[in-house]
Amino acid sequence: MSDIISRKDLDFLLFDCLDVEKLTEHEYFNGHNRETFEAVIDTAIRIAREKFEPHAAKLDHDPPRFDGTQVQIIEEVAEAVDAFVEAGFLRAVFDVEQGGMQLPYSVAQAFMAVFYAANCSTAGYPLLTLAAANLLDTHATEDQKRLFLEPMLEGRFFGTMCLSEPQAGSSLTDITTVAEPIGDGRYKIRGNKMWISGGEHELSENIVHLVLAKIPGGPAGVKGISLFIVPRYRLGESGKSAESNDVELIGLNHKMGFRGTVNTALNFGENDDCVGWLVGEEHYGLRYMFHMMNEARVGVGLGATMLGHAGFQHSLKYARDRRQGRSITDKNPASEPVAIIEHADVRRMLLAQKAATEGALMLGLYCARLIDESVVVEAGGDLESGEETGLLLELLTPIAKAWPSEFCLEANKLAIQVMGGYGYSSEYPVERLYRDNRLNAIHEGTNGIQALDLLGRKVTMKNGAALQALLGRVNATIAEAKERPELVETAKSLEVACGQAASATMALTAAAMEGKVDLFLANASVYLEMLGHVVIAWMWLMQAVVAHDQLAGDVDEEREAFLRGKLQACQYFFRWELPKVKRQSEFLGTLDDTTLSMKAEWF
Amino acid sequence: MKILTTVKRVTDPDMKVRIQPDQSGIVTEGVEYKMNSFDEYGVEEAITLKEAHGGEVVVVSIGPGAATKELRTAMAMGADRAILVETDADLDSDAVARVLAEVVGREEPDVIIMGKQAVDSDRSQTPQILGSYLNWPQATFAYKVEIEDGWAVVGREVDGGTATKRIKLPGIISADLRLNEPRYASLPGIMKAKRKPLETLTPDDLGVDIAPKVKVLNYEAPEERGAGEMVDDVDDLINRLKDEARVI
Ligand SMILES: Cc1cc2nc3c(=O)[nH]c(=O)nc-3n(C[C@H](O)[C@H](O)[C@H](O)COP(=O)(O)OP(=O)(O)OC[C@H]3O[C@@H](n4cnc5c(N)ncnc54)[C@H](O)[C@@H]3O)c2cc1C
Repeated sequence: MSDIISRKDLDFLLFDCLDVEKLTEHEYFNGHNRETFEAVIDTAIRIAREKFEPHAAKLDHDPPRFDGTQVQIIEEVAEAVDAFVEAGFLRAVFDVEQGGMQLPYSVAQAFMAVFYAANCSTAGYPLLTLAAANLLDTHATEDQKRLFLEPMLEGRFFGTMCLSEPQAGSSLTDITTVAEPIGDGRYKIRGNKMWISGGEHELSENIVHLVLAKIPGGPAGVKGISLFIVPRYRLGESGKSAESNDVELIGLNHKMGFRGTVNTALNFGENDDCVGWLVGEEHYGLRYMFHMMNEARVGVGLGATMLGHAGFQHSLKYARDRRQGRSITDKNPASEPVAIIEHADVRRMLLAQKAATEGALMLGLYCARLIDESVVVEAGGDLESGEETGLLLELLTPIAKAWPSEFCLEANKLAIQVMGGYGYSSEYPVERLYRDNRLNAIHEGTNGIQALDLLGRKVTMKNGAALQALLGRVNATIAEAKERPELVETAKSLEVACGQAASATMALTAAAMEGKVDLFLANASVYLEMLGHVVIAWMWLMQAVVAHDQLAGDVDEEREAFLRGKLQACQYFFRWELPKVKRQSEFLGTLDDTTLSMKAEWF
Repeated sequence: MKILTTVKRVTDPDMKVRIQPDQSGIVTEGVEYKMNSFDEYGVEEAITLKEAHGGEVVVVSIGPGAATKELRTAMAMGADRAILVETDADLDSDAVARVLAEVVGREEPDVIIMGKQAVDSDRSQTPQILGSYLNWPQATFAYKVEIEDGWAVVGREVDGGTATKRIKLPGIISADLRLNEPRYASLPGIMKAKRKPLETLTPDDLGVDIAPKVKVLNYEAPEERGAGEMVDDVDDLINRLKDEARVI
């Protein structure tokens, strides 16, 4: 599978840059060592290669369909998911007491990355289940865990997330699904849900829908939303799935990409016979959902990254093999054509892909490392960075979701371009990867919503403490880089960019304080891109420091080439992309109102 | 029942092998390694037999310290303990068989299950040579194994079809690729493997002189295959097979 994931890069980021092994010094993770981490990734790569990747194109051509009675999915999907479950991936991050292996989330992100790269559509089923299981693990009662969570971890029940409705996507305030109490913590659910991934299929014995709904008489707006467990089939005596719970499939949504993950419109309680179990307390549903959503958003960003990464690997291989044209200085038409990787413009496109995807992968893993640090703190371990960790994660989440889904999609576009007409044809996987990746800017909160979250909430919360924490950590890397003469210039340009981002932030928050809230947020997307570039540059500077130091040691030719590639990609990002921060910062500082003052009727 | 199975750490067969310019060996820089795939069938069969008949699976590797990784993988699949006979030398099949014979002398297994060959050197010799050193019966290229009352009934892949052979245990079985579908090293298995015993010995400890009897003169890459050609029709094909290729 070397053609869809670079193991070397994954190891470099996990072990050399992020020192994930250090987590094993804490009691919670001390059952592990580097060997077990690598073995987990080995198994993931193997299963991804043998069970996920081979049917990715077939599933895209032949997506799930409704035959009038059931949703039919090509059988390879069930085989792949079975292998995933049997190998123990669903339980990996859970506590040992629950039969899990207390695997750090950073290593879990790494194995998920492998499955995304191999076949994101098939990976969708178990990964959705994992997300739903995580939520139940945190918020459900012991009884609910026994009835629903345990079968999910066994792979007998799959999970979904039912937030969106036809009229309410970004704005969950406006959901209309209702839940009427009928006693014993049970509620009658009625309403329509839209876009539900994994909403109906026969891959599992039962489906556990986690549904957001409003209890009549509750507070208005998002404060009146509660969370319910709504199984497709009610549970009989022994916990086995029994009669239908009145969850009806209205239809399948046909999509541009991610075609293998069945997407459904569902009707809950058409016959007034749909029962849901309240999770946690009434009206706290959205908060519980968001707890999970942070991880889900980091996961979406990682998915976007890996689709970009897979496209990069394919186009890189192609560029080494495909012969076309001659070097500009070669005047002899009879000479052999060169491999297209010899053309500077092709290398530009490859470097852009490398810089975006390897920078974003580091960010996805970095966020996962922050989650691990908070697990250590929760488990009573002491870490100086306790509170800072949470703040940083909050701030980085919208960036980790939105930046890769823009720039790694751009990478997929370039992968097609590198391969010319062949890239555009369905003979090669890069056009599919592009279509698949297009989703990531839309779901789990559109990128527009992420930008509002970043600037409107995260940057301003606690008087800007999160941004301070971020800049503090970036400065620490800058200081480290400056100790190395070869990296001084690079470090300085990041320092300058941080200053530019900070001044744009000041100008914007000043406007907010003057009450110009609409101006403050009008260009939030530009802000996200700007701060995103600063963060990715930081990710590259960290990589450059490690690469620089390793190069000074004893390395073989192969390793040297790898490390030089890291430094060159860092240079590319700093020279081609980071300078955009200056322009964006100046632009944001002007509080431009072009979009705000444009009138709908002027279009 | 005590089952001994063997694994070899080999260069990843999916990678392109390059030969050193002086033809003294292959380039090992940047090369990735994995468990010999025929050994995976052997390990799987050993574990399946243990599951059916009880007992213990001991997995043995002869190779560099890094081969502990392949041994841990075999233990993550389900083997109970491992023995590494550590050496950085590139052994010939005869030396491997003599080392194994010593290990067998210590362990006294009821049956030995090995891959039929290693995918790096493709020699397919060790099980047979080991059979002669131990003076044990052997059934090679197994696609099916059944054990009953101290005998193994082994379905074998042979030229032109299959054959069944019954051998008295203790004996040696070498695995072919239709034998089973090797399981993946599961995550709980990986955690268990970490705590399973792994003993490290050297050929010296076993009193084996591993000096090679086979002398490798040099390494050469096979000739590159030329591009194929499209023929116009069947007649053309037949003529060319007759006249040019001279195969019919
Ligand atoms: C393939 C797929 C799978 C999905 N899976 C699930 C799932 O499993 N469960 C689930 O609950 N949902 C799922 N969704 C739904 C997804 O989360 C929503 O599509 C998304 O939140 C956007 O909602 P919407 O489509 O209604 O668009 P809208 O909310 O109508 O947004 C349309 C546009 O308006 C912009 N916009 C909206 N509000 C604002 C605002 N206040 N300020 C600025 N701009 C705004 C948006 O950014 C967007 O560009 C899925 C969607 C797809 C396409």
